[in-house]
Amino acid sequence: MGLLSDPVRRRALARLVLRLNAPLWALPVAWLERTMRSVGLEVYTQSFSRKLPFPDETHERYMVSGTNVYGILRAPRAASTESLVLTVPCGSDSTNSQAVGLLLALAAHFRGQIYWAKDIIFLVTEYDLLGTEAWLEAYHDVNVTGMQSSPLQGRAGAIQAAVALELSSDMVTSLDVAVEGLNGQLPNLDLLNLFQTFCQKGGLLCTLQGKLQPQDWTSLDGPLQGLQMLLLMVLRQASGRPHGSHGLFLRYRVEALTLRGINSFRQYKYDLVAVGKALEGMFRKLNHLLERLHQSFFLYLLPALSRFVSIGLYMPAAGFLLLVLGLKALELWMQLHEAGVGLEEPRGSPGPSAQGVGLASLVAPLLISQAMGLALYVLPVLGQHVAAQHFPVAEAEAVVLTLLAIYAAGLALPHNTHRVVSTQAPDRGWMALKLVALIYLALQLGCIALTNFSLGFLLAATMVPTAALAKPHGSRTLYAALLVLTSPAATLFGSLFLWRELQEAPLSLAEGWQLFLAALAQGVLEHHTYGALLFPLLSLGLYPCWLLFWNVLFWK
Amino acid sequence: MAVSHCFSRAASAFTAVLLFSFGCVAASHIEDQAEQFFRSGHTNNWAVLVCTSRFWFNYRHVANTLSVYRSVKRLGIPDSHIVLMLADDMACNPRNPKPATVFSHKNMELNVYGDDVEVDYRSYEVTVENFLRVLTGRIPPSTPRSKRLLSDDRSNILIYMTGHGGNGFLKFQDSEEITNIELADAFEQMWQKRRYNELLFIIDTCQGASMYERFYSPNIMALASSQVGEDSLSHQPDPAIGVHLMDRYTFYVLEFLEEINPASQTNMNDLFQVCPKSLCVSTPGHRTDLFQRDPKNVLITDFFGSVRKVEITTETINLQQDSEIMESSYKEDQMDEELMEPLKYAEQLPVAQIIHQKPKLKDWHPPGGFILGLWALIIMVFFKTYGIKHMKFIF
Repeated sequence: MGLLSDPVRRRALARLVLRLNAPLWALPVAWLERTMRSVGLEVYTQSFSRKLPFPDETHERYMVSGTNVYGILRAPRAASTESLVLTVPCGSDSTNSQAVGLLLALAAHFRGQIYWAKDIIFLVTEYDLLGTEAWLEAYHDVNVTGMQSSPLQGRAGAIQAAVALELSSDMVTSLDVAVEGLNGQLPNLDLLNLFQTFCQKGGLLCTLQGKLQPQDWTSLDGPLQGLQMLLLMVLRQASGRPHGSHGLFLRYRVEALTLRGINSFRQYKYDLVAVGKALEGMFRKLNHLLERLHQSFFLYLLPALSRFVSIGLYMPAAGFLLLVLGLKALELWMQLHEAGVGLEEPRGSPGPSAQGVGLASLVAPLLISQAMGLALYVLPVLGQHVAAQHFPVAEAEAVVLTLLAIYAAGLALPHNTHRVVSTQAPDRGWMALKLVALIYLALQLGCIALTNFSLGFLLAATMVPTAALAKPHGSRTLYAALLVLTSPAATLFGSLFLWRELQEAPLSLAEGWQLFLAALAQGVLEHHTYGALLFPLLSLGLYPCWLLFWNVLFWK
Repeated sequence: MAVSHCFSRAASAFTAVLLFSFGCVAASHIEDQAEQFFRSGHTNNWAVLVCTSRFWFNYRHVANTLSVYRSVKRLGIPDSHIVLMLADDMACNPRNPKPATVFSHKNMELNVYGDDVEVDYRSYEVTVENFLRVLTGRIPPSTPRSKRLLSDDRSNILIYMTGHGGNGFLKFQDSEEITNIELADAFEQMWQKRRYNELLFIIDTCQGASMYERFYSPNIMALASSQVGEDSLSHQPDPAIGVHLMDRYTFYVLEFLEEINPASQTNMNDLFQVCPKSLCVSTPGHRTDLFQRDPKNVLITDFFGSVRKVEITTETINLQQDSEIMESSYKEDQMDEELMEPLKYAEQLPVAQIIHQKPKLKDWHPPGGFILGLWALIIMVFFKTYGIKHMKFIF
């Protein structure tokens, strides 16, 4: 998996690091404080610490303790009631070495102007997103992720907007903008329009999703490229990851963007002055605002930087998919009552007992599926140490393998639940179960689509057809294969391949598998560190629902 | 000797005749001047200048209003007779890189926010309700004098409004609107309460001409910066301040007004020519059908200035009584004065015969029955497919 995949090496290094208590890379806090103070800002620091649930292999962290440094430029003639934030997340991978320089230069320039009506906070965080989360929690005086952060000494009022900057080199060929945030939240479209205006004014080359803007909308090329970018945005939004520190600001309803400077092989390069001018223009325009950004859309999809699809256009698609589930449920309901009436007539006695058995036979599969979901949610992180002791695996690997094991164990369920349940009318049993499962799935997907449309649509597009078709009669193997292929885990697997395909870096099967395992670990970690909802939704919500359909398929 | 005597007598007679004729001419000249003295019929001037939009982006609306304020003050109307309503403070806004100034020309040539600007309604006090109360005079007793429009039936009032508008409305403060019908009704109330002699209404917004479409009271002249369907455009941005400084129409009106001094004889027809389409991009419009005098006889200073008509003369002037008024007043004595007087005043001008109001085109909606019928059809098809007997499983 990574540098630390050999368990022996890993344990040695972990013991060494813990003993020395010395991180491998640290923010030069004292130097930053001195420099910001010399520029004329009010400088404060904040320390934070956190023990991750299991070691993070991609970023190579486990026990994290760091310091954030931030300087506040006070508005000369206004009360400090509102503020703007320019943040540079710094991490050990040092993809942000140049951004601190630009931040300090901008701070020095801004300090000489008298037209600021809002305070400006220049924030440098350690351990990139972890530090940003610690700072935001302390700033808003909440504790949603279990981070231990010291309270902030200096504050500047309600944050109106934030820009996160990531620059790895001092010459850039293009600026990439990221809008998707934690749990698929998006900033107000006006902020993106602001960025795009300054790109055009400054003649900068700006990209979205790492791709150039399609120029030719009349032929087929433009729309196809737009579709690619739209799909990329859907996949990124569905993953619910914060793609940059701006994603963490969105939870507090602070409009935020991440700008990444990309240095690729292109003839025309821009230096940091051009980037700085664009940032200065953006901040000056944000300074002109009297109210929060609210005039434009909050829910949209972007086929290009200058085009968007609003929620009114794309929501009916999810609505129609869920309508399929609703209609199927209605059909089953009527079939159930026909069968009930048909059974009653020859018997001549009311059949509440038959119906009662039907209901009782439903409770068991429901409870067992939900228990499996709960196990999937709780056991991997709880049992990682036990697993690491008994098997030669690292904690992170243990978590991922436990996840996969419980997931696969769920497939064996139907053969066991039948011993618990006795049915008198087998047909009605599975129909009732399927009815409940369909309604459960429709409710869940509806709720998910409202908050994170991309996730809801992706899951609906894969799960709805097979869920509607699942029945114990007919070709069981075919239906079983289809159902497994559209299970949430397989959807995740497939979307990883699709994502890399769209980015023109296709994966082989082995690479894809590695990436899948890493994605599982990241998903669990992000749930614990930032409160991302993908992991609990899939494990506690969709997986039990999918298991119900699996039960329906293997009904005897 | 006799000849010279005759000659001198003839000469004196001739000079006497000449002097007499001169005197006559002079006398008629004085009477002409006296005629002109009472030409306009107003004795005092008021101005109500309203800027309706807030936010730093709308700097130009405040600059518009302040430049009209400046001209009006320069031409003689005192602050006690000006009601200035500014919806936002631009001079002392923390975003102003040149504090305590509001510029109307780029490169900071002209600061229209001088040392003696008196703002009567400021910031959030500029609302539709306050504006209508000022116009109609229905103001709570605690309102200070500077916030009242204390006009009478011999007042000429200039009303200037600027901001963001649309077809038939003007937006106040980003949260409410005043419609053209409300405005017309307010002016009618002013007319019935004898709160003005003549009124000049100038509006500089997008689709400004829609605001004066609905007026139906006499003695109103209206000017607008653009026709219905057109946008009024802003003039020049200043890179140091970062916003547009003025709107085009008011910019050219300001340039026009800078040439006017209290003794100018420029008349309204010249004001109508200000800012043609080549300069303004929008087409300014005006409306004079409700105005009883000919615009070419209306001086700019009748509305924009407060010209004291004082003429010192040693001549005696015989004022001719207007025979029409004599006859009608005689008739009045015959009838019941109490009852007739307000109607007579209000209906000096047969307005309904003059103006032809076009009804506004409404958007077409399908008739209500159609939508009901459509839903009934859908429900019928649904139940036909699934059968009526299944209804009891649904309810």
